Amino acid sequence: MAGLGGRMSTVVKAKISKLLDRAEDPGETLDYGYQKQVELLQNVKKGIADVVTSKKRLQMQSQKLEQSVVKLDTQARQAMSQGREDLARAALERKTVAQTELQSLDTQIAELENQQEALIENEKKLRTKIETFRTKKEVIKAQYSAAEAQVKISEAANGVGEEMADLGLAIQRAEDKTENMRARAGAVEELEKAGAFDDITQLGGGQDDIDRELAQIGAGGQVDDELAKMKAELGTGAGDAPQIEQGQGESK
Amino acid sequence: MIVRISGEGQFQLPDEDADRLNQLDNDAVSAVEAGDRAKFKQLWGQMLELVNVDGNRLEEEELVESDVILPPRDVSFEEACAEFTGEGLIPD
Repeated sequence: MAGLGGRMSTVVKAKISKLLDRAEDPGETLDYGYQKQVELLQNVKKGIADVVTSKKRLQMQSQKLEQSVVKLDTQARQAMSQGREDLARAALERKTVAQTELQSLDTQIAELENQQEALIENEKKLRTKIETFRTKKEVIKAQYSAAEAQVKISEAANGVGEEMADLGLAIQRAEDKTENMRARAGAVEELEKAGAFDDITQLGGGQDDIDRELAQIGAGGQVDDELAKMKAELGTGAGDAPQIEQGQGESK
Repeated sequence: MIVRISGEGQFQLPDEDADRLNQLDNDAVSAVEAGDRAKFKQLWGQMLELVNVDGNRLEEEELVESDVILPPRDVSFEEACAEFTGEGLIPD
């Protein structure tokens, strides 16, 4: 059987068979196999806890971005009411970038939330299977000859092994996902450090690289639309006029 | 035959489904090799559908190995490229 799932499960199965071969009598094998399963279950629990921690960190990142959005919106309004359309535009461009990141982050956090629930659900299933194994091994020990017991228990152990490998794979997948998201959130943080979401009032009139880049990203109609809306709200002239000379609105 | 959908659990399917599943598996490999996302998505949907329609979920107390392990339901095309290679999930 090819495939990621197949390969993962082969590795775990090989490990379990090795364990089973090492023990002298089936009784010992059974107890050892069970003990090993309980140990591995701890790893599974730890893996799920890691996913939860990563998710919380991303939620914090999301909250910070949300604050940036609110702050930039306020600043755009302030700039507009003082007739500084250039600053308002810059603030709105930054807001657009932050908003886009925020949306994608929130979508992914929601996905992660679902995955986390599935992981917890599957961990419960795995615990049931390990518990079943524990009961089964006592029955097998009592009922079968050594040779038969060996076959029966290999089957059961491989069943548990496959379940465990599958859950391990799901955890790995969730972790990879948070890793990607963290890298992306980190990139936004870099932008933030570089001043992309800085207090707009601290900026001079000159355009820096970030301004130019942001202007490009925000070049879609969104910034123009928002500016027009803001103008209409503030009553600083015709809502659909795209350009206002600097300072024109100051008399308002 | 026992089929596992990764991340979801195991299902008992009639043995007659093996041929159908194998055919879909081989077609999926071809689609992946051709870089045909739409075709792959369609075939993958058919594989899941087969398990949905014909499969009975195994009891939690069952401790058995699967004959076939399918990738997670939401497998991406990129992930599929690593899974559906050579003889596919089911060796011929």
